[in-house]
Amino acid sequence: MATAELELIDVEKTYQSRKSSTLALTGIDLVVEPQEFVSIIGQSGCGKTTLLRILGGLIKPTGGEVKAEGRSLWRGESRDKDTVSRLGLVFQEANLFPWYTVEQNIALPLKLRGVGRAKRYERAHELCQLVGLTGFEKSYPRELSGGMRQRTAIARALSYRPGILLMDEPFGALDALTRDKMNLELQRIAEATKATVVLVTHSINEAVFLADRVVLLTPRPGRIRSITDVPFPRPRQVDLQTWPEFQNIARELRHQLDEKADG
Amino acid sequence: MDREKFLKLLPWISTPLLLLAIFAIWKLYTTVSGISEFVIPTPEAAWASLVDLVLERETWTVHVWITLFETLVGFAIAVVTGVAVGAVLGRIYWLELALRPIIVALQVIPKVALIPIFVILFGFGVTSKVIIAAILAFFPIMLNVMLGVRSVDPGHREVMRSLDAGRWQTFRHLDFHSILPYLFAGMEVGIVFALIGAIVGEYLGANEGLGNLVVVSLNDLDAPQLFAVIILLAALGSVLYFAVSGVKRLMIPWHESVIRE
Repeated sequence: MATAELELIDVEKTYQSRKSSTLALTGIDLVVEPQEFVSIIGQSGCGKTTLLRILGGLIKPTGGEVKAEGRSLWRGESRDKDTVSRLGLVFQEANLFPWYTVEQNIALPLKLRGVGRAKRYERAHELCQLVGLTGFEKSYPRELSGGMRQRTAIARALSYRPGILLMDEPFGALDALTRDKMNLELQRIAEATKATVVLVTHSINEAVFLADRVVLLTPRPGRIRSITDVPFPRPRQVDLQTWPEFQNIARELRHQLDEKADG
Repeated sequence: MDREKFLKLLPWISTPLLLLAIFAIWKLYTTVSGISEFVIPTPEAAWASLVDLVLERETWTVHVWITLFETLVGFAIAVVTGVAVGAVLGRIYWLELALRPIIVALQVIPKVALIPIFVILFGFGVTSKVIIAAILAFFPIMLNVMLGVRSVDPGHREVMRSLDAGRWQTFRHLDFHSILPYLFAGMEVGIVFALIGAIVGEYLGANEGLGNLVVVSLNDLDAPQLFAVIILLAALGSVLYFAVSGVKRLMIPWHESVIRE
């Protein structure tokens, strides 16, 4: 029995300002299995980004525990280095460094880890192939479209072979057509890398299309309202979205999202 | 593509034409208005004087050399101190807050008005001009570096944090590159200010340098030479500015300000 890839145990996060404290997340229990694809959806301000940042070790929760592969992410005030290096993060903005080329951006995490030049670029080219950027290795980020920048960001996050890919609305800034395409690509990349993926999104369709399970958060304070299994076989095609079963799940999630959080 | 090529060539065509136009208007004015050649010389007289000046060995070995030396040493001091102070003030917010009124006050004073004080303090030699050049160039460089230190993209910081990068790694791959465009913006202004500082310093008391040559020409009522020196100064300033700008192009080819040029 493999250990859970990611584990959140009664996680709580309170934002403290001088005058008031805001409970952003409370009572979050979640187990993500190896190679599972989990989507997290919720309205703006429900704490889904906070949750992802907690998973990524960017924020320390004020209560509860975060584990990756059975190991605690936090030891006191510092992050466990080995555990953090198992995580790959992709943000809403590609956040590429404009002074580096595509291959330099992708190879940066390896450079930080002291990997030799030849190996770094070999890996960068391999990843360019994986995410469909072949021929753009020497381009600068400003020369790329939004979709290609996000591909580069994904390749950068994958460069050091993290077992877990954490994504915060990675396609939120893209147009609908590019977004559909990127969803198919992401499915293929997740399959090819055998990575466990946690994706935060506000698009119900995107969440259901990609995920094995959809976690729905309700706001103030953020807590898990429901976890929905999405049983469709893979690889999934875009026309899955027209299936009645798909639409039933999407409708139910829409219904839950629109509910007033009336405790 | 054709349009881009044309835009690249444009300055090389427009500059000679504009210079020609300026000389034509100048010539027209001196002939039509009948103004005394002690006030405004004819372009030919200024040109002849400029040729004399350029062919004179002493112009280069003494005057240009001294002014260039004062400007560049002052500029170098301004870059080093400007980067250091700008980086510290950019990082330590409370210190900047504490010093802000003084900095603003120093900014508001026309620093050229302080030049006599430096001449009194450091004498008529090169030292006082170097210090003046350094002080004038210091402020734009320091302020830009301070701005640059604070303008590092938070998203980029987050990436470095998620990659568990160390302090030095973050500086080397992120802060350094983020600050460079600001530093160069400050340096482009700073090099010109340094030259102004050196020349005005020389106006007020010096035995050598192009600024001194301006004063000498004025005292001799040698208007053609006065104009010639001014033309030489304009050329020197342009060379210095384009040198800094050229280094910028080499160092930050990825930056908007370089691409758009």
